[in-house]
Amino acid sequence: MEPKTKDLWVFIETYPDGSAQSVGLELLNPGRELAEKQGGKLVGLVIGHNTDPAVKAAQEHGADQVIVIDGEEYEHFTTDAYVNALYEVITKYAPTAMLIGATNNGRDVGPRLSSRLQTGLTADCTKLAYDDETGNIAWTRPAFGGNLMATILCPNHRPELGTVRPGVFKASEPEEGRTCEVIKEDIHVAPEDIRTRLIKEMKEDASEMVDLVGADVIVSGGRGVGGAEGFEPLKELADALGGVVGASRAAVDAGWIAHSHQVGQTGKTVGPKLYIACGISGAIQHVAGMSSSDCIVAINKDEDAPIFDIADYGVVGNLFDVVPALTAEVKKIKGIA
Amino acid sequence: MNFLVCVKQVPDTTEIRIDPETNTLIRKGVPSIVNPFDGYALEMAARIKDQRDDVKIVVVSMGPPQAKEALKNCLAVGGDEAYLVSGRKFGGSDTLATSYVLACAIKKIEELEGKFDVIFCGKQAIDGDTAQVGPELAEHLGLPQITYGLTAEMTDDEIQVTRETEDGQEILGAKFPCLVTATKPSFDPRLPKIKDKLAARKKEIHVLGEEDFDIDFTKCGLKGSPTNVKKTFVPPVKTGGEMITGESPEELAQNLAAALDKAGVL
Repeated sequence: MEPKTKDLWVFIETYPDGSAQSVGLELLNPGRELAEKQGGKLVGLVIGHNTDPAVKAAQEHGADQVIVIDGEEYEHFTTDAYVNALYEVITKYAPTAMLIGATNNGRDVGPRLSSRLQTGLTADCTKLAYDDETGNIAWTRPAFGGNLMATILCPNHRPELGTVRPGVFKASEPEEGRTCEVIKEDIHVAPEDIRTRLIKEMKEDASEMVDLVGADVIVSGGRGVGGAEGFEPLKELADALGGVVGASRAAVDAGWIAHSHQVGQTGKTVGPKLYIACGISGAIQHVAGMSSSDCIVAINKDEDAPIFDIADYGVVGNLFDVVPALTAEVKKIKGIA
Repeated sequence: MNFLVCVKQVPDTTEIRIDPETNTLIRKGVPSIVNPFDGYALEMAARIKDQRDDVKIVVVSMGPPQAKEALKNCLAVGGDEAYLVSGRKFGGSDTLATSYVLACAIKKIEELEGKFDVIFCGKQAIDGDTAQVGPELAEHLGLPQITYGLTAEMTDDEIQVTRETEDGQEILGAKFPCLVTATKPSFDPRLPKIKDKLAARKKEIHVLGEEDFDIDFTKCGLKGSPTNVKKTFVPPVKTGGEMITGESPEELAQNLAAALDKAGVL
C-alpha cells in the first residue's frame, strides 16, 4: 500500500469501560519522536466503546490528532471486529507506520492485520529508533529467549507495523485540558462477521491483581521462597517500600502466587526504580522482564546465582533472615513505626 | 474430526550460551527439539482425540530435512500422519512469508487428507519468539482464530477454548473450521510410550517440495519477506554491582539499607 501521509499512528487499546490501556499512552512518547523524524503527525487511534476517557487521555498525552472508532461491538475484544475496523481505517488514511502495544490482544490482532495488509510486522519490540540511512523505523527486539537482540527493517512495505512491549517506554506526564483534532470514524462490524463468541469471563480476583508495570518498587520472589507463605515477608517489605510483590515463573508455576504477579518473558516486563529479587536464580527469561529496572538488588543464598551478575547490590544470605531485617531497617530510615 | 498441528523444530534456547570471546551465540552442540509451545498444541489436539474415536491428527512442519526428526517425535505422541514442507526457495522467510508457504502447503495437504476442522499451532516458537505465524496463517486461510489457548473442549459444532487474557481467562467458542494457538497449560504434555516411539520410527514422513504444490515464489523466502534483519547482537550485560557484606542478617540488612538510601532509591 502506498502511504498517503507521513503520519505515525499509535493504536490505543481500551478497557471495556472506555479508558485507555496504559501501553497505548506509553507509545505516544516514542511515537512522537518517530513522527517528528518522519515529518508527519502523531495520530492516536482509539477503538472501543464509550471511549471518551481514552480520547481525552490520548489528547492529554500529546497526540496531534485522534481518530476514534466507537461501537458496542468493540467493548469486548474480538479478533474479527478489531481487525476489520483496523483494516478499514488504515486503508482509508494509509499512514506510514503504526505502533501496537504487545498485549495478548495486540499480538492477536497485529499479525492478522499485517497479513491482510500484506505488510511487515515486527513482534514484541523493546527499542525503537529512526534509521536515518534508509528512512525506516529500526525495530529492535529480543529473540532466542532473550539471548539475542535483533534489529529489523521493513524497507518496501507500508504501513510498517510493530508490536511493542508494555512497560518498556514511560508515558509522559499528561497535560491537563490539552486538546487536538478528533475525527470520529463510523465503522461497524456486522454480528455475523464476528466468528468467535464469548462464553465466559474469569477475571482474576481483584485482590490478586497487581499493577506491576506502573510500580516504582517491586519485591519479587522465586523458587527460594519455598511456598505461598514464604511471600509474606516479601509483602511486608513491599508495603514498607510502597511497592508491590512480583514473582518468577517458577513461583507462579508452583501455584504459590497468581499469574498476574509474574515478571519475565511469559509475564510482565517491568522497569521500576527499585527491583528486589529474593530467592530468584536469574534465568534469562526472568532477567528479560526486569533488566531495565533502575536499581536491582539480589538476595540469594547461592553465591553463584546468575542474578548477581546483573544486580547493582547483592546479598548472599537466607532471605527469611535478611528480608525481615531489611524491612525493619527501611521502616527505621523512613520513620515508619 | 480432522485436525492439523503445525510444529517447528527449534534449538533448545535454554541450552544456548554466549561465547565470551566473540560475544555471539554458541549454537554448536545445542540440541534440536520440537518447539515446546507446538508440543502444547499437539497435546491439546491429542486430549480431544483421547475422548473421541473419530479424530485424525496430521502434523506439518516447514524446515530443512532434519526436521523429520521433530515430526517423528510428534507421531509418537498422538500424530497420525506427518508432512514436511521443505525447499530452498522457502529459506529466509519472515513470518508473513512462512505463513504464506504453510497456507499453500495446507491447501495441498487437505486434498490428500481431507479438510481440517481445526488447525492448532503453538503460540510462538522459542527461537523467533514472534507469535505471528499462527494468526497470519489464519488470515491467509480465512479462518477465525483463538490465540493464547490453555485448554480446549469440543461440542458438536464448535471448539471451546480457555484463553489467557491480561487479567485472567475467558472461554471463547468458534465454529469449524478455525485455528487455535496454544500457550503453556498447567500440565505437562504426555511422554511417548516405547511402543509408540518404535511405531513412529517406521512411519513414513511425507515430503512436499517446492514443485509439489501451487505457490507464488515471489512471496516466499528472503525476497518475499517484507521484513529483514539488519543486525543481531548479544544484549549488553550489566556489570559492576556491589556485594554487600556483613556478619549477621541484621548487619547485611543495615548495610544494604544504607547503600540504597545513599543511592536515593528508598
